[in-house]
Amino acid sequence: MGKTESSIAAKLDRRDFMKFVGGGLVIFFTVESPAEAAQGARPKGFGFGGPGGGAPPDVNAYLRIGEDGKITVFTGKIEQGQGNMTALAQMAADELDVPLESVHMIMGDTDLCPWDMGTFGSMSIRIFGPALRSAAAEARAVLLEMAAEQLKVDKGRLKIEKGVIYSGSDRQSRVTYAQLTKGQKITRKLEQKPAPKPVSQFTLIGQSPVRVDAIEKVTGKARFTGDLRFPGLMYAKVLRPPAHGATLKSADTSEADKYPGATVINQDGLIAVLHEDPEAAEKALDTIKAEFDVPESTLDENNIFEHLVKVAAKPQELERKGDLAAGEKASATLFEAEYLNGYGAHASIETHTAVAKMEGGKLTVWISTQTPFPAQQEIARTLGMQPDKVRVITPYVGGGFGGKSTGLQALEAARLAKITGKPVQVSYNRAEEFFYDSFRPAAIVRIKSGVDANGKMCLWDYHVYYAGSRAAEQFYDVPHNLMRTYGSWMGGGATKAHPFATGAWRAPGANINVFARESQIDIMAARLKVDPLEFRLKNCSDARMRRVLEAAAERFGYKPAVGPSGRGIGIACGIDAESYVAEIAEISVDKGNDIKVRRIVAAQDMGVAVNPTGAIMQMEGCIMMGLGYTLSEDIRFKGGKILTANFDDYSVPKFSNLPEIDAFLVRNDDLPPKGGGEPAIVPVGGAIANALFDAIGVRVFQMPLTPERIARAAKNA
Amino acid sequence: MTETITFKLNGKSTTITVDGDRKLLWVLRTDLGLTGTKYGCGRYLCGACTVVIDREAVRSCMLPVREVRGKEVTTIEGLAKGDQLHPLQKAFAEHGAVQCGFCTPGMIMNAYALLLRNPKATREQIIAGMEDNLCRCSAHQRIVKAIESVAAR
Ligand code: FES
Ligand code: FES
Repeated sequence: MGKTESSIAAKLDRRDFMKFVGGGLVIFFTVESPAEAAQGARPKGFGFGGPGGGAPPDVNAYLRIGEDGKITVFTGKIEQGQGNMTALAQMAADELDVPLESVHMIMGDTDLCPWDMGTFGSMSIRIFGPALRSAAAEARAVLLEMAAEQLKVDKGRLKIEKGVIYSGSDRQSRVTYAQLTKGQKITRKLEQKPAPKPVSQFTLIGQSPVRVDAIEKVTGKARFTGDLRFPGLMYAKVLRPPAHGATLKSADTSEADKYPGATVINQDGLIAVLHEDPEAAEKALDTIKAEFDVPESTLDENNIFEHLVKVAAKPQELERKGDLAAGEKASATLFEAEYLNGYGAHASIETHTAVAKMEGGKLTVWISTQTPFPAQQEIARTLGMQPDKVRVITPYVGGGFGGKSTGLQALEAARLAKITGKPVQVSYNRAEEFFYDSFRPAAIVRIKSGVDANGKMCLWDYHVYYAGSRAAEQFYDVPHNLMRTYGSWMGGGATKAHPFATGAWRAPGANINVFARESQIDIMAARLKVDPLEFRLKNCSDARMRRVLEAAAERFGYKPAVGPSGRGIGIACGIDAESYVAEIAEISVDKGNDIKVRRIVAAQDMGVAVNPTGAIMQMEGCIMMGLGYTLSEDIRFKGGKILTANFDDYSVPKFSNLPEIDAFLVRNDDLPPKGGGEPAIVPVGGAIANALFDAIGVRVFQMPLTPERIARAAKNA
Repeated sequence: MTETITFKLNGKSTTITVDGDRKLLWVLRTDLGLTGTKYGCGRYLCGACTVVIDREAVRSCMLPVREVRGKEVTTIEGLAKGDQLHPLQKAFAEHGAVQCGFCTPGMIMNAYALLLRNPKATREQIIAGMEDNLCRCSAHQRIVKAIESVAAR
């Protein structure tokens, strides 16, 4: 294979690496994601944590065809419920012409997988997927070359079926992948991209097999981090402050010290009780008498917006077109409004959990995380260890939605395991989960817009605070448009604006951006006495957007009407992760101003759908989850004190909230796969807010659209 | 107080000597190694910890383990007969009612008890009966369909 072996692969210490991965054929590949590019170069020393080492530092993943012909994909991405384990396996299997069962995914293990920045932004399929397909295509090309040599036929005559290569129609002249890879130690780095199969030749892509993880998950066998058991495992409960920003004054652990079976650790500000029974650990922790200094703060969920605007960072221009003054002059009618949304929790049913175990100077930490490699880095730094002495393994993650990117619990488990030498589990209880969540930040959007005498939009003056730019880009045709962002969802900018941690929440920042834009659009349509769908189409020439809008309207059986029509129908649309989605909601409002969402129709163009049912499942999940931020979810707090502690004061959507959801894909095979885990959540708030107006003529500018807010708005209307 | 408790667990007679105040959830998950039953809230608010005791769905997170003395406890691990999945397990897998899978054991056990009581449950009855089991991945639509498909048989 000498002549085709790439120079980089030749430089690898192949012997070590091959010993480590166990022979066969290995294709390394690199995935360049915009998010990664934005974060700059990957940290030194984290190219590859494996004991074999030796993978090129710029590789993100590799695919191995083992000596048994089995295919394994090694990737730092993780499975958190979104189904990427299945969809990625499908992509590799399709390209290699093997059954889905022949592909095994190894995910989120820092010793086995090359560096990856994390699983978020609906990037697994959209950005990682194409690279994986190219790697699989490369493997296929290598195998064909080997087969041609072995069978002594021209490469062009070979056919592959289920991992067996046949020489034309001669069923006797054949060789299996296993026969070809046996005894081989071939490494390749994907350089130029071989063309993967065209859509017309897909066999598995575009199908919807049962998820590869489904059986384990319905039988209780699937192992999440908290399910790992080791001899001598200790459950640790950590002393928590009553509020963010509080400092410990004193702690008396004498009672806990006497608690049977308990080990108390009090080191460098970390006070924890370890016990082999998690309930006992909690009980012993409760006996600790601690005093904290809690900073005074009057901030709460009502006055936070004023504060946020006051301390906001300098604006950054997101988009500029034309000139605002000219737009204002051209406007026959001007509209001004402010939109708000409070803090939101991720509230995964699995709380943040980690288990750490020290063995012969090497620390292994199992974490429920979306970002195993950054976690490895943070643990190594905190504990003062060499990165290759820290291994992070990611078992199944019980829901992330952006919230499992940070993880104090992993640092604590790691520290406690190092201190005690025993395997230690730290798992948040629900109150800790709410307390340490990196909330979706409270955000504000202010819009001034204008329409000319012909009903065409001519002004868009847009200001967004703390939500950033996602899904904010203007796809309506507006000649005079200036969009400015003040801080983003990432930490709120230079000022310490929020009283606690904030971060990414499913489609970060996009939900308020779309709620604001689509509400504003409806306000204009209603004032001009134009049907809201007609108004949108009149002001939008983007073909993909028009297509999803029209498809949703047709499926819904939409009849034009000027709002408020009393019917309770609302439209919203948006672009997220390069997918286009339009939704139409039908609601009713009862006497107590409670919104019941009856039906949501959603049309999505996401390019090629790798697993259509999986994609629709994600859309349904997005819509159902979207009902929460729209109708009920709001974190209550007083300064750094989080008052929301469990699901009784944070109400997530339940079965009785389930509308009839009709989610479908608008086929677009001309485009490679786009994001699917988030787009359909972004229009939910706008569609329901618009439906509320259509139902009772009341406009609510702050989500969640609670009965109190609706009543208040109705009174002021 | 340490006591000896005998009960039937997934069809097998089981005897444990434990502090009877401990909660069934944690005894299952630690002493008995049955980790399919999950913790989600600890307060009867999420249903992740649901097991079936004498044909009733019960939240195990606040139930003192002594309460199961002499009773029959079924957890998600005890639902399949060998390799033969229970129809609900099959339906959950086939209908895509599983995303992250963390709520799944509790969902299936709750649905199992629901159908024991009412094998022909209607969609409305299923929705009402599943109301207090939370799924943050929001797979509700498919969970209802999966249960409906079994109820219709
Ligand atoms: S853990 Fe028992 S109901 Fe939530
Ligand atoms: S499948 Fe993730 S919580 Fe239900």
